[in-house]
Amino acid sequence: MSPILVAEPAKPVVVAQRRSRTGYILLFPGMTWLAIFFAIPFITLFMTSLQQPVPGKIGKYQAGFELSNYANAMVEYWPQFLRSFVYAGIATLLALIIAYPLAYFIAMKGGRWRPLLLVLVIAPSFASFLLRTYAWRTILSDEGPITSFFNALHLLPDDRILNTGIAVVAGLTYNFLPFMILPLYAALEKIDPRLIEAASDLYASATTTFRKVTWPLSLPGVVAGTLLTFIPAAGDYINAELLGSTKDRMIGNVIQTNFIEFRDYPTASALSFVLMAVILVMVFTYIRRAGTEELV
Amino acid sequence: MRFIRRNLLGLIAILVLVYLFIPIAVVAILSFNNPTGKFNLAWTQFSTDAWTNLCGVPGVCSSFVTSIQIGIIATIVATALGTMIAFALVRYRFRGRSTTNLLIFLPMATPEVVMGSSLLALFLNLRFPLGQWTVVIAHIMFIISFVVVTVKARLQGLDPRLEEAARDLYANPRATFRYVTLPLVTPGIAGAALLGFSLSFDDFIISYFNAGTLVTFPIFIWGAAQRGIPVQVNALATLVFIIALLIVLGSQLVNYRRRRKLMSV
Repeated sequence: MSPILVAEPAKPVVVAQRRSRTGYILLFPGMTWLAIFFAIPFITLFMTSLQQPVPGKIGKYQAGFELSNYANAMVEYWPQFLRSFVYAGIATLLALIIAYPLAYFIAMKGGRWRPLLLVLVIAPSFASFLLRTYAWRTILSDEGPITSFFNALHLLPDDRILNTGIAVVAGLTYNFLPFMILPLYAALEKIDPRLIEAASDLYASATTTFRKVTWPLSLPGVVAGTLLTFIPAAGDYINAELLGSTKDRMIGNVIQTNFIEFRDYPTASALSFVLMAVILVMVFTYIRRAGTEELV
Repeated sequence: MRFIRRNLLGLIAILVLVYLFIPIAVVAILSFNNPTGKFNLAWTQFSTDAWTNLCGVPGVCSSFVTSIQIGIIATIVATALGTMIAFALVRYRFRGRSTTNLLIFLPMATPEVVMGSSLLALFLNLRFPLGQWTVVIAHIMFIISFVVVTVKARLQGLDPRLEEAARDLYANPRATFRYVTLPLVTPGIAGAALLGFSLSFDDFIISYFNAGTLVTFPIFIWGAAQRGIPVQVNALATLVFIIALLIVLGSQLVNYRRRRKLMSV
């Protein structure tokens, strides 16, 4: 979704910034749009999460201050909450392991093929997200080569991959991989190759060079990549719905069914609000600990 | 063995790239399938029926057209609004910069399910009828940030000397903008618009929350997943993939040629 992070590294250029009314005029329409349709909805979401049912009318709610909506929602749906973060966490870790070598290769050895290689990384997103996810039903099917291979080694607890949590995590890892590759690339590309040469001139082994030079310098990319992978993965329910069974439902599934099918707006809003709050807290502590603030 | 050790990194990189394309190969191959049952999941028989009869299944093409219409409207509005913000951020000083930055960053860091459900809560409370316009509003909202970031990067990368040169040659601010700044930023704006359109066209979660009974292409696929996705959907998705890839590769080639030409001068 976000090739933003491939954008050519901006050289810090000093342009005289003007202070005039024009700046505010340019900002006004777009920021108003974001305020009305992004910021204010959080307030309505919060208010909806506190609503109480209208007595005698099923599916109708009125303004209230039912904090118990939160308690009830969490008591009922904490397993899906926990599962979302576990699945997203594993998928993020796998994506980091898979993405790093490719990002490193493009940044360090890509040469003049870099633009083309980056297009290849983004290209899969041009094919429908839903269909690509659905395609994993074919790839991981019970008779397919991958399932047979792991079954031959007796590695699968349910003797299958499809309709288990493994398929969901595999789908999440695949779908959000570009979000990991691009920020990693952006960080690795900025590394001065002379630093790596210097390390080997000073007789550092390849492993030491990586551990002491390359990895620390690529940390901003690791932070941005893990966030950009983890956040959409934790909120996703397409993979759980198309690749998992009812036992693998994530919190997104619960929010969607409660909102759209059961029309239990307060419960769904409460869950959505908690999801956002947890993610915001995680993002800010993570950014603080990892010490990078250049995300935009 | 030696060869493998020396080229290990390259081999892994190739494997990862192949992995990225496996599902797309599956989608494309199955577009030539003639499945026996409802579900187009396993290969049975070669057929070009889906390709010669793209609209053969009711709902496929109408949802496809709906998605294109929504994508075009949302992209035009979001690109305009986002480009204006990018210019303000790079070229102007104003109060409330950190709040502005936060409000642009947050939509990219918010799970779609949260954005979709909170916007639906707003529309429900306002009793705003759900349909094409609510989806367009939602798409503009989540595309703006991506436009801002893309155009901003391009603007920051501009060589300020080019504009200074124009001013030195007595171009007034309007002429400088019209003949120097705008042409230089246009590739960035075009890239942002392409990205915006692809985000809008492929969006499912936010759309589904705010669509009411409207059926976009991804919503059609979602509904069809339960009872079997028609082969035509695979064909259309493959077509979209090829067209998008050609556009991007084409623009890369133009860029490459232009750069070579500039360097040879």
